[in-house]
Amino acid sequence: MTDISVSQNVKIVEPTVYELSSVGRRGVAMPASDVPETALPEKTLLRTSLPMPELAEVDVIRHYMHLSRFNYSVDGGFYPLGSCTMKYNPKINEDTCRLPRFIYTHPLQPIETVQGNLALMYEMQEWLKEISGFAGVTLQPAAGAHGEFTGVLMMAAYHKSRGDARRTKMLIPDAAHGTNPASVGMLGMSVATIPSDARGNVDLEALETACDDTVAGMMLTNPNTLGMFDENIEKVIKLVKDCGGLMYGDGANLNALLGIVRPGDLGFDVMHFNLHKTFSVPHGGGGPGSGPVGVSQRLVDFLPSPLVTIVEEGDDEAAPLYGFFTPKQTIGRMKAFHGHFGGGLVRSYTYIAMHGAEGLKDVSQYAVLNANYLQARLRKTYKIPYDRICMHEFVAEGQFEGSDVRALDIAKRLMDYDFHPPTNYFPLIVHEALMIEPTETENKDTLDAFADALIKIAEESLLQPELLHSAPHITPFGRMDEVKAARELVLCCWLPEGYDLEK
Amino acid sequence: MNAPSNLKYSKSDEWFDPSSGAVGLSDYAQSQLSDIVFVEILVDEGETVEVGKAIASVESVKASAEIFSPAAGKVISVNKGLSEKPETLNSDPYGAGWMIKVEGGTTGDVMESAAYVKYCEERTH
Repeated sequence: MTDISVSQNVKIVEPTVYELSSVGRRGVAMPASDVPETALPEKTLLRTSLPMPELAEVDVIRHYMHLSRFNYSVDGGFYPLGSCTMKYNPKINEDTCRLPRFIYTHPLQPIETVQGNLALMYEMQEWLKEISGFAGVTLQPAAGAHGEFTGVLMMAAYHKSRGDARRTKMLIPDAAHGTNPASVGMLGMSVATIPSDARGNVDLEALETACDDTVAGMMLTNPNTLGMFDENIEKVIKLVKDCGGLMYGDGANLNALLGIVRPGDLGFDVMHFNLHKTFSVPHGGGGPGSGPVGVSQRLVDFLPSPLVTIVEEGDDEAAPLYGFFTPKQTIGRMKAFHGHFGGGLVRSYTYIAMHGAEGLKDVSQYAVLNANYLQARLRKTYKIPYDRICMHEFVAEGQFEGSDVRALDIAKRLMDYDFHPPTNYFPLIVHEALMIEPTETENKDTLDAFADALIKIAEESLLQPELLHSAPHITPFGRMDEVKAARELVLCCWLPEGYDLEK
Repeated sequence: MNAPSNLKYSKSDEWFDPSSGAVGLSDYAQSQLSDIVFVEILVDEGETVEVGKAIASVESVKASAEIFSPAAGKVISVNKGLSEKPETLNSDPYGAGWMIKVEGGTTGDVMESAAYVKYCEERTH
């Protein structure tokens, strides 16, 4: 972005690191080589040249410092991004995950030398079992969608082990996250979409019609993406089980349930946890995630291998010896090593240990309270299409009678009030959806300030709609041209020859 | 909202022209999706389609959607240029935005224009 005229909305421009480059500048001065130089064998080279930026250390630091100021983070402000659970991540997690004895270990070390790591993993498996009511837990999956894939693999393996080859249909509600059908598609299974009823529950009639002996199972997010706890959850699970299907729980919204309801007790057979959401690992922008999966008794033998177990019981004198074991009908490895250990497991372990059972229950109760408080404050101004007591999030409509303002305009305008926009245009079953998840870590002042901003924006939408259409105004960059970005992808650092930027 | 009276409409917002056999996405659907940035026709000429079969995949800046055939029959023509210009679905949904043409198409559960307009209005409010 050398030319400020590229967009008249641009107020601050940071050149790319390549544009800042000047031949001969260096970050480090290497000593003269004391061995003879030799050419690299040419036939093994991937390429003959690779342009690298040349900068001094201070230039690099300032470049990334500038870029970081364009960022918005949960450490900087309120981040009500529905479905993402952007809670504040306690800083003590950063201390524990950097403890030298965790950092300086390697997954290929002999188990006798990493007993601390294994103890943590074992306890984490046990805690997640306790929290969810499941019989077994794997910590391997790298993130939520990877956990889904792991879970669906186990469901398929279960049916296969019983010689039940016809079960290739997965039931998925229309409120589901897009990752659900994607995970199912990766196994070549088919998806039957189940509509939601007028109260935001699974439509029981449609579910009953879809239940037959080809059903592998159902993937259900509960509370769902409307923030609604399914009022007929027991009937839903019974219908699926009665036709021989397994029940998959998408743990995306577990933050509403800790210490209150256990999916395993409800009758779910398998569920992935999003440690990064529920148990506080900084996430966003693609990672890092961590997606352990819990399963009921009938799926424990199919869990990925290895799992952590106690190989030799301890006593008063000696700690137990932890090691690995392979479940009998395991689906195999889901990851090269043992999951996102430092980044995910240690932080989440710390979070759970800090809160304890009662503290985790508080987490969910405050998350639900905060969402309901915001919903109550906004109800008169924004249409709430499924208007009943919500769980940890709710969905409002971002449009008003007599105004051409849309959810996207409202989302962008919120940035002028220094709030991260909510998720918009999801779930798909709500027009102009604004999906708001405040999380438990926000105080009443913040919630009030956010509600005030949304109410003010609703007034603006009638009096000064232009202000919203062209928002945001006070951010470093103005409204992005999302259509151009999607239609004219430039996926490299250099503009292709003959590409006209002005066109 | 525009819904020409010579066309039939499905509940999932496709239109079907009984005279030419053309199939496309309704004006209501394109306005709900907003700017369409990608379209891929999933069937080839000569193929037979059933009512409800996915014939195209469409992505906008807001969402992605599958387009289901409102008619059954043999595909005699595919709008090959559409993937180069997905915005045609926004600018001319009933004209240049046609997706496929079906020969001797028998329709599934479709609505007349007036009923479809009413159906769309109910969903907006």
